[in-house]
Amino acid sequence: MAERINSQQRPTSSPLGMKRNKVSLHPERSRRVRLQMQGVSKRFGATIALEDVGIKVAAGEVLALVGENGAGKSTLMKVCSGAIKPDAGRMWLDGAPYRPGNPLEARRAGVAMIYQELSLTPHMSVQENIMLGMEPSKLGVILWKQVRQRAIEAIKEFDNPELTPDARVSRLSVGSQQLVEIARALAIGCNVLVLDEPTSSLTQQDVKRLFEIIGRLKKQGKAIVYISHFIEEVKRVADRVTVLRDGRVVGSNDVAAISTDEIVSLMVGRQVEELYPRSARQAGEVVLEIEDLAGPDKPKSASLTLRRGEVLGIAGLVGAGRTELLRCLFGLEPVRKGRIKLGVYTGPASPVKRWMQGAGLLSENRKEEGLALSLSVADNVTLSRLKGFGPLGLVLPGRQDKATRRWLEKLDIRCRGPRQSVSSLSGGNQQKVAMARLLQHDVDVLLLDEPTRRIDVAAKALAYKLINALATGGEAVPALRPAGILPAERNKGKMPSPHRQPKAVLMVSSYLPELMGVCDRVAVMCRGRLGPTHRIDEVNEHELMLEATGK
Amino acid sequence: MKKKKSGKQPFDSAQGEERYVPFMPSGDEAPIPNSQFFSNWRRWLNTLSPIIALFVVFELFVLIAPSSFATARNMEMIARQTTIVGVAALGMTLVIISGGIDLSVGSIVALSTVVIAWLLRYAGVGPLTAAIGGVAAAALFGLLSGVLITRLRVVPFIVTLGMMLVVRGAAKGIGREQKIDVDPERLRWLEELLASVPKERNWMLLPPGVWIMIFLAIAMAALLRYTRLGRHTFAIGSNEQTARLCGVAVERVKMLVYTLCGAFAGLAGVMQFSRLTVGDPTVAVGLELNVIAAVVIGGGSLSGGEGSILGTLVGALIMTIIASGCTQRGYPNWVQEIITGAIIVIAVALDRLRHRRTA
Ligand SMILES: Nc1ncnc2c1ncn2[C@@H]1O[C@H](COP(=O)(O)OP(=O)(O)OP(=O)(O)O)[C@@H](O)[C@H]1O
Ligand SMILES: [Mg+2]
Repeated sequence: MAERINSQQRPTSSPLGMKRNKVSLHPERSRRVRLQMQGVSKRFGATIALEDVGIKVAAGEVLALVGENGAGKSTLMKVCSGAIKPDAGRMWLDGAPYRPGNPLEARRAGVAMIYQELSLTPHMSVQENIMLGMEPSKLGVILWKQVRQRAIEAIKEFDNPELTPDARVSRLSVGSQQLVEIARALAIGCNVLVLDEPTSSLTQQDVKRLFEIIGRLKKQGKAIVYISHFIEEVKRVADRVTVLRDGRVVGSNDVAAISTDEIVSLMVGRQVEELYPRSARQAGEVVLEIEDLAGPDKPKSASLTLRRGEVLGIAGLVGAGRTELLRCLFGLEPVRKGRIKLGVYTGPASPVKRWMQGAGLLSENRKEEGLALSLSVADNVTLSRLKGFGPLGLVLPGRQDKATRRWLEKLDIRCRGPRQSVSSLSGGNQQKVAMARLLQHDVDVLLLDEPTRRIDVAAKALAYKLINALATGGEAVPALRPAGILPAERNKGKMPSPHRQPKAVLMVSSYLPELMGVCDRVAVMCRGRLGPTHRIDEVNEHELMLEATGK
Repeated sequence: MKKKKSGKQPFDSAQGEERYVPFMPSGDEAPIPNSQFFSNWRRWLNTLSPIIALFVVFELFVLIAPSSFATARNMEMIARQTTIVGVAALGMTLVIISGGIDLSVGSIVALSTVVIAWLLRYAGVGPLTAAIGGVAAAALFGLLSGVLITRLRVVPFIVTLGMMLVVRGAAKGIGREQKIDVDPERLRWLEELLASVPKERNWMLLPPGVWIMIFLAIAMAALLRYTRLGRHTFAIGSNEQTARLCGVAVERVKMLVYTLCGAFAGLAGVMQFSRLTVGDPTVAVGLELNVIAAVVIGGGSLSGGEGSILGTLVGALIMTIIASGCTQRGYPNWVQEIITGAIIVIAVALDRLRHRRTA
C-alpha cells in the first residue's frame, strides 16, 4: 500500500523524497493504518480542488496537512468527513472500505471533524451544540442528564470559566466558541479526528491544552489530521507532514526530518523571499490622533498618534479590547468619551463618513461582517465605493470587473474570475478579497484587524510586502486615482498628483513576530487600556508579552 | 447554572518559560459578571416577559373599556376567539423556529372545513372520522410543501405562496365553488367545540376546543424542549449548515415540521368548522398573516432559531384582546387594524431591544 501512494507523489528534490523509506523502521509507524485515502479528485465547476490525492494516517499518529490557501486541504478533509462527495477516489477506515454518504455516517463510523469556519448553532447552549446530531435519546426524547454529563466531561478538559453547559453560544468569545467545536468532536468519541485550523483564534493557554489533548488521543491510538498555517505548530504537534499544492500532494515526510524552510518552499513551489521586507519609511504628517478614547465597555482609555508612512501595531491578548478600539474609531461602536481626529475631521463619525474621510477597516470577522459572501468577488471589492464605474452614477459590471482583475493579479487571489461568488473561495483568498476592498477604495488610513489570520505563509509574505509598500508609498500598489488627500475634495476632485503618498496603517495582531516584523512602532493593549507606543527597535517580544499580561 | 466565580485570573499561569509563541496568552478574558442570582433573574424575566406584556395589554383595556371587559364571560370569549389562530400558530411556531414560513395556513383551514363538511354530508361518516379526515388532508398538503421545499430546494416563502393558491383552489373545487351545508343532526359534538360553556357544565370552565389547544400547546412545548425533533428544529433554524454537518437529518426534520404545521392548520380548520357548521372554501383568507403575527409578537424570529409556544399563545391572545377590547369600546374596525399593526412592530422592536441588552 505504502508503495502505491508514494509512487503517486511527484518526485521532488527536497528531502521529503529521500527519507520515505524510514517510515517502516519507525516503531510508531509500524502500527496499523487507520485512515487511508487514495486517488481522491474533486472539481468545483472549472476549479480543480483536488487531483488524485492520497494520504495515510496510522493509529496514534498526527499527520499535518499544510499548503497554501486554496491548496485543497479543507476540501480533502471534507471528503473524509462526508461533507463533500468526491468525483473519484477511494477511502479505507481501519482497512475496511469507507464511503460516507453524509456527515452523520462519517461520525457514526468514528470520523470527527472540526471545521475551519466555525460551525455552531448560535442560538443554542454549549451542551446542545456539543451533542448536536448525536443526542442520546429514548423514543425521540432527549436524555438531558446524559447530554449534560457528556458535555461537562468534554469541556472540563479546557478548564475555561466561560464554558458552562448552559451558556448560550452566541455570547461566547470566538476562542471559546472554537473550544466548543473541539469539545464536540471529543464528546462523541472518534477514531479519526480532523482539525482544520483549530488554533486560529485560540489563546496560547488553550493551544497548549489542545496539544495536551491531542497527545492523549494519540496515546489512545486515534489517528489525527491537523491542518494549520503555523509551521511552528506543525513541528510541535505532528509526527508526519504532507504538503498539498494546487490540489496535489507534493511531498510527505517525518516532521523531524524536514526543516521549516523546506516545508515552506514545497508549499509555495519556490523559495520565499524575505518574509518581512522593510523599505525606508518616512513618517509624514499626523493623520490619526486619538486621546483618552473610551467605548461602551472597552477600550477604557486609548491614546495614540499615527502618521502617514507609518505602521503602528497594537499587540495584546485576545479580549483586551483591540478590536473594539478599531470599531470605535470606525464608528461601529459608540464613543463614550475621548477625542478622535482623523485628518482634518474631528469627533466620532459613522462608517459611511469614515470611508469618505479616507479610512477603511478590515474586520477580523470575515465571514460575518467582512464580506458579503453570496456576492461576487467584484461586488465585494467595489462595495464601499461604487463611483466611477460608468456614466450618470451607473455601475457597469464590465468596469467593476476590470478594476477587480487588477487586484486579483496584484494580490494573487485564486479564483476563476471577478464574477465568482466569494463563498466558494478558500478562507485565505476570502481574506485577500477583503483586503482588496481597502486598496480599491484607496484609503489613506488602513485599520487592519488581524489581517493575516488564517492565511498561508506565502500570502502572509505578500501581505507584509503590501503593507510595507503602502507605508512607503512604493511601487507595489500603483494608484488607480490620484492618492487621496485627506480633506473632502478627495472624493470629488480628480487632482492629478505625481507622487503616491504613503499611507498610514494601524494594525492589530495577536501574532507578535509579525508585529515585530512589519511595524515601526507598537503599543500594547491590556484590559482595555492602551499603553505607550514603543519604537520597534527599542522593545523585544518578551517585554511586549509582559506588558500585555499586565505584569 | 453553576459558574465559577473567577477569584483568580484563569490564564495567568505559565508563560514566559515557553519559547514557542504563535499567539499571545490570555490573561484578560472578560470577567464573568453574572452571579447566579442575576442570571436566574434574567432568565426568568426572559421567560415571563410575554406574560408581562399580556398583562399590560389586558390591564390597559380593563382601564379604558367598559366594565364588562374583565368579566369571566368576556375572558372565556377571548379564549374562544383565540383558539383558531392559536392552534394554527402552534404549527407555525415550529416552522418559524426552523427558519421557514408557511403562507398556506389560511387556505388549509378552509380546505379542512370543506373536507369535513364533504365527509359528513356525502360519505356519511361520523364527526370524529370527518375531523380526522380534515386534519389528514391538511397534513398531506403540509407534507407536500415540505417535500417541495426540500427536494426542489425552493425557498419556503415561494413554495407555500404557491401552495396557498393551490390549496385554496382545491378547497373551491371540492365545494364546487360553494359552501357545503351539513345536516345539523350529524354535527353532534363538532358543534360544541367552541360554543360557550353551558350552565350545567360550568366545571369545564372553558369550551373543549380551548382545552384541546391548551393540551396541544403543552405537548408542543415539550416536543420543542425535550425531543430530538424539537432541538433539531432549533438547530436548523439557527444554522442549517452546521446542523447538516453535525448529522441532523435536515430534510426529514423539515418535512416533519411542515407536515405538523399542516396538521395544526387542519385542526384549526376543525375549530373553524365548529364555528361555521358549514364547509366554506372562502373562509380564513389572510389568516396566515394573523398566525405569523402571533408567533412574531411572541418572540419568534423570522430568521429562525428563536420562538416559543408560550410566547406564541400570548401573541395570539394579545391580538384577540385588542380586537375584542376595541369592539367593546366601540372603536371602528380601522382603528383596531392600526392598533394591531402598531403592536406587531412595537412587540418585535422591544424584543430586539431586550436581546441587545442581554447579549
Ligand atoms: N463550494 C465550492 N465551490 C467552488 N469552489 C470551491 C468550493 N469549495 C472550495 N472551492 C475551491 O477549491 C479550492 C480548494 O479550497 P480549500 O478550501 O480546500 O482550500 P484550503 O487549502 O483549505 O485553503 P485555506 O488554507 O485558505 O483554508 C479553492 O480554489 C476553492 O476556491
Ligand atoms: Mg481551508
